[in-house]
Amino acid sequence: MSTTVSRPRTAGRPRAGTLARRAGIAVIVAYCLVPFYWMVVSSLRRPADQFSNAPLPAPVSFDNYAAAFDPANGFGRALLNSLVVAGTTTALTLLVAIFAGYALARLEFRGKTLILTLVIAASMFPPITLVVPLLRLFTDAGWINTYQAMIVPSMSFALPLAVWNLTAFFRQMPAELEKAAQVDGCTPAQAFRKVVLPLAAPAVFTTAILVFICAWNEFLIAVSVVNDRQMMTANVIVSLFTGQYRYDQPFGTQMAAGVVVTLPLVVAVLFFQRRIVDGLTAGGLK
Amino acid sequence: MSVVSRATPRRTAVPRPPRTARRAGTGRLAAALLSPTLLVLGLVVAYPVVAAFRLSFMVSSESIDPETGFRVTTSSYGLDNYAAVFTGERFLRPWWNTTSFALVSVAAEVLIGVAMALVMHRAFRGRGLVRAAFLVPWAIPTAVSGLLWKWIFNSQGIANELLGAKVLWSSEGFQAWFSVVIADTWKTAPFVALLVLAGLQIIPGELYEAARVDGASPWRAFWRITLPLVRPALVVAVLFRLLDVLRMFDLPYVLVGPRKHSVETLSMIAFEEMSNLRFGTAAAYATVLFLYIAVVAFSFVKLFGADLIGRGTGSPQ
Repeated sequence: MSTTVSRPRTAGRPRAGTLARRAGIAVIVAYCLVPFYWMVVSSLRRPADQFSNAPLPAPVSFDNYAAAFDPANGFGRALLNSLVVAGTTTALTLLVAIFAGYALARLEFRGKTLILTLVIAASMFPPITLVVPLLRLFTDAGWINTYQAMIVPSMSFALPLAVWNLTAFFRQMPAELEKAAQVDGCTPAQAFRKVVLPLAAPAVFTTAILVFICAWNEFLIAVSVVNDRQMMTANVIVSLFTGQYRYDQPFGTQMAAGVVVTLPLVVAVLFFQRRIVDGLTAGGLK
Repeated sequence: MSVVSRATPRRTAVPRPPRTARRAGTGRLAAALLSPTLLVLGLVVAYPVVAAFRLSFMVSSESIDPETGFRVTTSSYGLDNYAAVFTGERFLRPWWNTTSFALVSVAAEVLIGVAMALVMHRAFRGRGLVRAAFLVPWAIPTAVSGLLWKWIFNSQGIANELLGAKVLWSSEGFQAWFSVVIADTWKTAPFVALLVLAGLQIIPGELYEAARVDGASPWRAFWRITLPLVRPALVVAVLFRLLDVLRMFDLPYVLVGPRKHSVETLSMIAFEEMSNLRFGTAAAYATVLFLYIAVVAFSFVKLFGADLIGRGTGSPQ
């Protein structure tokens, strides 16, 4: 809008400004993507070319991927573990958070501000403070090397995130809808189930993506409560790779595994960027 | 909150009699809907914090039972763990690392993030793709990005080749610290940019038009219009990032490694104590970190007035 206003005044300037802006955007995109590109390129080199710094792999080789999935690494199983842990965390979290988000957005009751503050404060605790006593507790309960030992503590950051996002979303939904349903004879519970929930599906989906990404990226809890390779998540096992080729560190294999761990998230980001950005900013700003 | 409570009587005024009954019902419904969340948070947040606090005062000592001759472990409460934390030389260094990471990384992220947001602000073609690019560093697991930067900073890696130097990044020293700052800034500056961008987009364009008509320079418009209006978004972003860096663990742990003095954070040292089964000192370190973060968060909110929930609790529209 502002450019159309200034255009008649100086004919040459907007063009220079546009060029500068395009260059700026190119720099930003490069900033964000070049390190990731480097990971992909490094993963596609032959192990013998590991230390080549050429911008393109020549020849392209999938040896590093084969090495990453070498049974000795247990990487396939680790991916499955990550999927189970992040998936269950997401499902459980949403189940609990939908009700809380709805209550916080719609109902009027005493202590609401306090609860909102508590939920936000809960997301700010350092995970190490939670893990130290939980590890002791899990050791006594025989929970070491189990899925639940990773899932339960993960809810400490997943649940505040989900409650917060869903509260923001429910607030944006017009309250008249439920009122109308109640006028038509629905109980509040029915209005919630039949009217609110179907309409909130996109918001729930967005929250699910955010929670899943955060749970998939979790490291400290997973590395603390598991010491059996069979139960490690992908993030943890990648950092412990010894690889098939005995260099001082199997970077090619690690880069290949890193690409595998990251690719689903990058694809999700490409598809759902709008929703993810809305979700990320909803919590803090809307 | 106040807006809504003022609105409530108006809403319930139509069906007159059940006013108080209805409010009681709402309270009960709210309690029912919120109790699962509060239960889970109590279990995975409140209980561990209290347990860590208790654990940090617990001192166990071994002695021989004079009657049976067996070794027995007795525990009592005392300040030994805190004495170990504060008198050992293993406090100041991790504390300073944690603090300096927070100060330098967050400053760099804010500068780069605001610059990115200003460039991005205004519609253009391919905006969606650029926003997706913003999210890529954020979506890469921190542990994986630690490996990625470890590879970039390898002695024969691309960073050294581009610099034409032979820096041993992952060894000890300033360069190791700096590599963590670079990796953290890369990962989260776009996140700051996204939050700032969201803040920029609610500034009405007319304000700039008016400023231009009044003859204000773009620079002046930035200081007088953009910055004050984007401040709430910026304050929230800085607070998030500050708290996140203060509890940092994965990035230095994977990028440089455990037990490296130049990058060891309070989280890492607590983790190491825990791995060595010294739960008492681990809990003491964790509690100190917790209190430190709480103090920083509290003073930040007091100083800059981060409006985390105030805005949300009000208007129902």
